[in-house]
Amino acid sequence: MAFNNSWSPSSRELERRATRSRISKRQFLIAAISSIIVIGTLLSVTITSPGWEVVKKTFFDVDYGKEVLPTVIKGLWLNLKLTVIGSICIGIIALSLAILRTTKSAALTPFRFLAAAYTDIFRGVPLLLVILLVGFGVPALQLRAITSNVTILGSVAVILTYSAYVSEVIRSGILSIHPSQKAAARSLGLSSAQTMRYVVLPQALRRVIPPLLNDFVSLLKDTGLVSILGVIDAIRAAQINSSRTFNYTPYVVAAILFLLITIPLTRYTDKAIRGSYSRQSAEGTI
Amino acid sequence: MQPVLEIKNLRKSFGAELVIDDLSLAVPVHTATVLIGASGSGKSTLLRCINLLETIDDGAILLDGVEISDPEIDPDEVRRKLGMVFQSFNLFPHMTVRDNIALSPIKVHQKSKEEAFEISNQLLKRFDLLDKAEQYPDRLSGGQQQRVAIIRSLAVNPRLLLLDEVTSALDPVLVNEVLSIVRDLKSDGMTMVLATHEMGFATQVADQVCYLESGTIIERGTPNEVIGNPSNPKTKDFIKRVHQAGRL
Repeated sequence: MAFNNSWSPSSRELERRATRSRISKRQFLIAAISSIIVIGTLLSVTITSPGWEVVKKTFFDVDYGKEVLPTVIKGLWLNLKLTVIGSICIGIIALSLAILRTTKSAALTPFRFLAAAYTDIFRGVPLLLVILLVGFGVPALQLRAITSNVTILGSVAVILTYSAYVSEVIRSGILSIHPSQKAAARSLGLSSAQTMRYVVLPQALRRVIPPLLNDFVSLLKDTGLVSILGVIDAIRAAQINSSRTFNYTPYVVAAILFLLITIPLTRYTDKAIRGSYSRQSAEGTI
Repeated sequence: MQPVLEIKNLRKSFGAELVIDDLSLAVPVHTATVLIGASGSGKSTLLRCINLLETIDDGAILLDGVEISDPEIDPDEVRRKLGMVFQSFNLFPHMTVRDNIALSPIKVHQKSKEEAFEISNQLLKRFDLLDKAEQYPDRLSGGQQQRVAIIRSLAVNPRLLLLDEVTSALDPVLVNEVLSIVRDLKSDGMTMVLATHEMGFATQVADQVCYLESGTIIERGTPNEVIGNPSNPKTKDFIKRVHQAGRL
């Protein structure tokens, strides 16, 4: 555009720019000073505390940390396996439960009732209890067809509980889709199953991705609870090591390993969600 | 000749509130019937009853002589023959414009993807929206969204098109682009029932105008009779108020 070439900012605009840059410099300075004060205080309180030398040795022993790293990673591998397998099973069960509870089909009435009872029970009983009941109760039945492998039983308990949580999240997503969307789909001749499949579910699932991600991270951490049955996961591996040497560094190692997985995961998903929203919406993201 | 749509003594209430009261109406093929009346007079409910989105309390609705208010009838089967456009567009926000239009042809009418896209493209081209085919609905203006919604309902060649105040959510400039589509459809011979507050448009497009009040048709006739020279005092009063609001 040719007329743009002849434009140069007015003196008022230049003043405004100078003011804006002065303000942003001041903001930066304030942020820097406040960060230094807060972080500095926290650090100095920690380091100057009377027990710091002992804490440093028992929690942050780098050499010992390196030594136990392989065993903790080996334990973490179990957490990861349980999380991946678990989330697939949970996804399938929870989705079925959520759809079941939101349909009106007469033939499914007894299943709808059972699904409601299931979610009520498994949402209300603490996960640790479910793990103990399934892990010790099922083998006690001495049924030949059913495994007594505690890793499998422990994961079943986790899956049972999380399916109840996740189905409620998905159900709330389904219920949050405005009825006018259903009216439009039905008016186009889509059956109620097709309406669910092509119109309601895609929108509902997109809406519940953030809470589902929350549950995914919790799941990763809660898979550690199966160690109560004697399975060695990352936390249990750390515990074994530290109880041998009375050094708690393995716990810190385990914590760091968990963070290395969960932080990138949440950041990446946040970004993916924002991307898919801004493509659809004229408002973009604020 | 048998009318496309025939409504006999329809009655519908929501709880204690009677919304449609002993309403009868016949819509001959290739004609447009315009429903006018204040908000809450039962226009939208009538359209929703025709589309079987509501269960009626009494009377009968016949489509090409077949009673569609029969509980034995498959509502999906009936809706395949009807097109419905809503005041609030109700486009599917997670699908592109083309996917919105192609959904029903593919999933309900078993067309191939290529065929369905061809139908969508032709309609989009005809109504000057082809460049929006890959866009998501939220990126479109209100008028464009409503035009897409109309196209979506046309993609399956409906026997009867129901339009529920399709311009009420639009600003006056956008109203015209939507109304011109409806005029085009009318000249194509589409059979339509529309609820509208646009009296000028109603006069142009209607073969039959019905003035509704308290769920019943108080006056019916040609646009010149009902809008131009109403005989019933209630209709007169309504038209006068519309005049005063500057909507004619």
